[in-house]
Amino acid sequence: MLEVRGVRKAFDGFQAVAGVDLTVGKGSICAIIGPNGAGKTTVFNLITGHLRPDAGSVTLNGREITGLPPHEICRLKIARSFQRTNIFPRLTVFQNIQAAFLSHRGHGLNLFGNVERYYRAETETLLGSIRLSEKAHEISGFLSHGNQKQLELGLALASEPELLLLDEPTAGMSATETHETIALIERIARDHGLTLLFTEHDMEVVFSIAQTIVVLHQGRVIAGGTPAEVRANPEVQRVYLGERGR
Amino acid sequence: MSRPPWGLLAALAALFIPALGSRFYTFVATDVAIMALFAVSLNLLLGYGGLVSFGHAAYFGIGAYACGILMKYHAVPFALALPAAGLIAGAFAAFFGFFCVRLTKIYFAMLTLAFAQIVWAICFKWNSVTGGEQGMPEIPYPDLGWAARLPGLGTYRAGDHFYMLTVALVAACLWLLRRVVRSPFGRLLTTIRENPERAEFIGVNVRRHELIAFVIAGLFAGIAGGLFGIFNRGVFPDFAYWPKSSEVLIMTILGGTGYFYGPAIGALVLLVLNQQITSYTQYWPFILGTLLIILLFAFPGGIVGALSRLGSRLGRARRA
Ligand SMILES: Nc1ncnc2c1ncn2[C@@H]1O[C@H](COP(=O)(O)OP(=O)(O)OP(=O)(O)O)[C@@H](O)[C@H]1O
Ligand SMILES: [Mg+2]
Repeated sequence: MLEVRGVRKAFDGFQAVAGVDLTVGKGSICAIIGPNGAGKTTVFNLITGHLRPDAGSVTLNGREITGLPPHEICRLKIARSFQRTNIFPRLTVFQNIQAAFLSHRGHGLNLFGNVERYYRAETETLLGSIRLSEKAHEISGFLSHGNQKQLELGLALASEPELLLLDEPTAGMSATETHETIALIERIARDHGLTLLFTEHDMEVVFSIAQTIVVLHQGRVIAGGTPAEVRANPEVQRVYLGERGR
Repeated sequence: MSRPPWGLLAALAALFIPALGSRFYTFVATDVAIMALFAVSLNLLLGYGGLVSFGHAAYFGIGAYACGILMKYHAVPFALALPAAGLIAGAFAAFFGFFCVRLTKIYFAMLTLAFAQIVWAICFKWNSVTGGEQGMPEIPYPDLGWAARLPGLGTYRAGDHFYMLTVALVAACLWLLRRVVRSPFGRLLTTIRENPERAEFIGVNVRRHELIAFVIAGLFAGIAGGLFGIFNRGVFPDFAYWPKSSEVLIMTILGGTGYFYGPAIGALVLLVLNQQITSYTQYWPFILGTLLIILLFAFPGGIVGALSRLGSRLGRARRA
């Protein structure tokens, strides 16, 4: 479904991503792991059009999407969430999700309809599934960090993606929140047949849900394969898992 | 429980000002109505889109010149000249905006200012079309003979008739703008204000969205300008000069950018205070400055923000 070929990105001479190849099959759940600064977020930014690669290509279902602006990528049924929560802080939770529906379903140029009448039911259903129904009318900027992360996930889901990219969806969550969120993501991915690409620092989460894992280190892929293969890879143990074990 | 339709009530009440019989009141009220439309149009950018324009007077000026030239030199009737003024201002906003939305924040603001200065310079120098520095006096009044024949209006002066027409037109424009801010387009505009990066990632074409807002704001500023030229009995280059842009910016912030009618209240307060205070003292700019400082620190939500907070506190006290 998603093919990344030899993408590179340098910031002021610093090679953050130094030629990454990545293949994500339709319906699969794939994790990118790697130590801090490995380039995981940058790879996401390159795929979703936030950054333009210096070299390499990104194709979706055989179609080249390299360097398209984010709003066009979004229309191709790719959605993402952000590592650092990225919501619309002075809108209510409900308005956040509703806006994502409005945009995704092409009402951006509707100048005279009454916005209150659009996608109420859809928004409420989605809020129910991310367990924010009770907070629907709170100002989203005042939510707890965990709730904001859930909303972040909701914003991505509201654009009804086929490919969902989640950048550390549980970062900063408590153990129970993490557990719940992962269960939720797994369920949604299964129910909607989503293809999922995510990054995560929590190794327990990664090994419990990922079908394939790609290990990034200093901007390069140093290993990839099934969880068992990755776990057994000596290089991975040295640069990454080992660091944790020590 | 739905809230009372404040806008409609205010417009109806405003229609009775000429009945007070004072030429001066009608004069100030006309000024307020026109500037209210100008300020609300700016707030589509500032309050809803989070876009600071330092050059909104450009579209006000373009509308004023367009309407004035059409009516004075081409004898175009007011009913055509005013919409044309809006469309011409909107067209210029589309052209200038195309470049402005490619920049963000302070760079956006600087570019709006730069374009406005160009518009001003052209108005100032192009003698054969704009009358240059001398401006364009004696814009004809629209033919409102029909208004005098309406029952109950026969006793009023032409200035009163023009005022009533202005109130009706401004009310209609505000109604349209209100629909726009409450539309899906308007809601997505607020997502751009909140977080343009994220707006892109829910699929909003941020630049295009901003450009459309810029054109709509320019269009209504142009209509306000067209009305103002007639009211002022002349169009002058300083309609498009930067102090005009900052005046409307002050009105908007004074009234409260977070409320649809905030800028209109700002226009009312500023113009009435200006009239009152300049009749006592020549230190109006000093007083205005002090007022702004107090407001910015004590009431960051503007006058309407402060009133609405007071209102909800009283409401809570009554319930308790
Ligand atoms: N916009 C930018 N400008 C300059 N340097 C950047 C930029 N974005 C990322 N970098 C650098 O690129 C490297 C990779 O960053 P990236 O955020 O992709 O890492 P990451 O794997 O997501 O790390 P983390 O686990 O901390 O989230 C880092 O050294 C970072 O400092
Ligand atoms: Mg990261």
